[in-house]
Amino acid sequence: MRTEQADEYLELMYKLTRHGKPARTTQIAKELGLAPASVTEMLQRLAKRGYVNYKPYKGATLTKKGLMEGRRLARRHRLLERFLHDVLKIGKDKVHDEACRLEHAISSETEAAICRHLKHPAECPDDGSPIPPCERDVFSCEECELAEKTNPGRRASLVSLSTLPEGSRAKVAFIRAGRGLCRRLCEMGFTKDTIVRVKRKSGRGPMELYIKGYNLAIGWGVASKIFVEVS
Amino acid sequence: MRTLRIALAGNANVGKSVLFNELTGLHQTVGNWPGKTVEKAEGKLQFEDHEIHVVDLPGIYSLSSYSIEEIVARDYIALEKPDVVVNVVDATSLERNLFLTLQLMELGAPLVVALNQMDLLKKKGWEIDIDALEKELGVRVVPTVAIRGEGIHEVLVQSIEVVEGKALRPRIPEYSPELEKRIEKLQSVVSGVGADFPARWTSIKMLEDDDNVISRVGEQDESAVIAATILSEEIEEKFGDSSSNVIVGERYRIAGQIFRKVAKPTREPTPSLSDRLDAFTMNRLTGYIVMGLVLLGVFSLIFIVGDFLSSNLIEGFAQVESLFYETFGVNDTSEFVWMGLIEGVVAGVSIALPYLIPFFLILAFLEGSGYLPRIAFLMDRLMHKIGLHGKAFIPLILGFGCNVPACMGCRVMETQRERLIAVFVVTLVPCAATTVVILGVVGTYLGFLHALGIYLFNFIIIILLGRLAFKAVPGEPMGLIMEVPPYRLPSLKTVLLQTWARLKDFILIAFPFIIIVSLIVQAIRYAGLFDELNGAMSPVTELWLGLPAVVGVVLIFGILRKELTLIMLVAMVGTTNLTAVLSPVQMVVFTIVVMLYIPCVATIAVMVREIGARKAAIITFVEIAFALLVGGIAFRILTLL
Repeated sequence: MRTEQADEYLELMYKLTRHGKPARTTQIAKELGLAPASVTEMLQRLAKRGYVNYKPYKGATLTKKGLMEGRRLARRHRLLERFLHDVLKIGKDKVHDEACRLEHAISSETEAAICRHLKHPAECPDDGSPIPPCERDVFSCEECELAEKTNPGRRASLVSLSTLPEGSRAKVAFIRAGRGLCRRLCEMGFTKDTIVRVKRKSGRGPMELYIKGYNLAIGWGVASKIFVEVS
Repeated sequence: MRTLRIALAGNANVGKSVLFNELTGLHQTVGNWPGKTVEKAEGKLQFEDHEIHVVDLPGIYSLSSYSIEEIVARDYIALEKPDVVVNVVDATSLERNLFLTLQLMELGAPLVVALNQMDLLKKKGWEIDIDALEKELGVRVVPTVAIRGEGIHEVLVQSIEVVEGKALRPRIPEYSPELEKRIEKLQSVVSGVGADFPARWTSIKMLEDDDNVISRVGEQDESAVIAATILSEEIEEKFGDSSSNVIVGERYRIAGQIFRKVAKPTREPTPSLSDRLDAFTMNRLTGYIVMGLVLLGVFSLIFIVGDFLSSNLIEGFAQVESLFYETFGVNDTSEFVWMGLIEGVVAGVSIALPYLIPFFLILAFLEGSGYLPRIAFLMDRLMHKIGLHGKAFIPLILGFGCNVPACMGCRVMETQRERLIAVFVVTLVPCAATTVVILGVVGTYLGFLHALGIYLFNFIIIILLGRLAFKAVPGEPMGLIMEVPPYRLPSLKTVLLQTWARLKDFILIAFPFIIIVSLIVQAIRYAGLFDELNGAMSPVTELWLGLPAVVGVVLIFGILRKELTLIMLVAMVGTTNLTAVLSPVQMVVFTIVVMLYIPCVATIAVMVREIGARKAAIITFVEIAFALLVGGIAFRILTLL
């Protein structure tokens, strides 16, 4: 059983290493308000248990196992922030600390129920960080709504289509959208396991994709609702 | 002589309208589907001993009830029962096109497939086995290159064969057993109801959770809807996904299977000319430069040609006018006839048409070339700032020329909501006539910088009101989802025919409206109600806006043409030196009010057709109220300064 403190590390590292750069010890120490020495010690312990790759003086990155845990925690944390803010009307400045304490306690069932209750939010309230997709084995939020059964499958390497660089290829896995948009995307060819290639992309602007033999442009907002498995 | 009816159905950008124009030539009319803002093109032709009526259905990707276009298309096929449906299929993206073909087969349409763009397929380095495709579908497949007229004769021959009962046996797509079992179960329940659509199709659509079909069936048989719900739940249980996603996925699976059986590459893929062009035209740097040059070129062309035609026509008509008064004398009757009946038409012919003709020509050319989606792509991000997506940029920029074609251009938006917001924003764009007033009043008397300031003020208002409308109009905002078709040289015939059809449509809609409103204004004038009107409006004009009372009538006339406000004002005050009658503050207030207060008659006429009378009225009144509000506030603030 990991400690809550270890959870905090993984969650923070998920946030810090999102852009591919390793997290530095000093950075982690500053964020958590700890001495660098104790951070180093904790990182070494996490490395031993296979959650992080730690190189002294270089910083640490998450292993696949660590990434999955970090993402799960970040998802719960940000979902809880939304819940505390939107439903319980707790101030934006307070939700972070509350969520920090609660995130270790809830089950995946509660997590899914909160997600459904909030109508599948995409971002947390305080700094607008994206909420990672859930690990349930469903194709769309609509299906999650309908099925309401807990069947936690693994969706290990899922990323939003909007984060893919030009030239990359990926397999459609999951669409986080309302019924109308989800249907439309399916009909334009975004059926499960379809391969898409990113032909063109510019920042937060639209992307041009190659899918099922033709070129399709979609806006950034639409792309961020499509989750894919990078091949 | 037998008459038969053919409907053309297919995805957007497959050359459907090219085929339509090749078939019908000048014998066509463009209008709206009854009660819908979806373009309906109809035409007819003689072929052998048949008179063939052709309807060009809107370009669609599916037969769901996602967009008005899709409902229009499927209702036409199922309810009007055309003798033949020619499914125009883009050979270069067969898989996605087959997705619609399969649905047309499910709908029980008597089908002929026109496999178009065969020339591009070859260039792409692919080939399709026509016989195998025919066998897989059980439908006649005719290879065509519509843009060169190739294969069109054969399409007609095959269509007549279908009517004469010589069609193949369609192989209705078969889903996986678990799905089929449930479709059949539901089929036995619904076969008694909803006789308009085939029972199998109705069952599939109900399992796909299609609101339109479910409510139709529900009106007749509640229990069928319950059965569908139970069966959908079973499908969800079995497949672990929502029933509609399962069916769409299965249909694509079948389309993919057929595609892989009949199509194969002939050589290694090489980047096409279109791809290489896109490296420039969609690039985040050069793309904007190319777009800027294209738009600049288009605008200069429209303005140069339009201005040339317009000024000559105005001059010509001025001579006609003096000839008219010479012949009939200047009296109440002749003035009433000229101003009430003729002036409006003259204005339409000499001001709107000279700009509309080059505009329609260029628009048809750009549409055929495939460049418009590139502009939409480049502008998507910026347009999101006013709550619209990239496609709305094109009508918006057209609005600077004339709001009329710009409103019509808003049809590129998919949903009613997006269309409404786009039309609203477009009517706020200062058109050429508004520019005349801005430059003629503020520009001439207060200087160029002041005029520029007015423009800036207008842009701020567009952004603010656009955002407000985005928030206020209910419905789910739609992001950009748009096919980017390959570039193609448009066919001259299609460009000319499309221009002619649209022009005819505009004349028939706008001119009667212009004449009626001109008559009403003249009747008021004839009844000698000018002073009374000025008096009645003085609380608004004098007290609230701080303008002279004569402005009341001027503003009423401005409804006809915005630049008339300037002409009328000069006529009413009896001097061309406006500084004698208006203070600088009054000039600014007057210009702001004229700029914002109401779309002109022609724009209102088009708005009524595009978004309906009620919404057009709302937009008109909102803009009048807003203009008065802003004008009054501007008067008070500017007086203080």
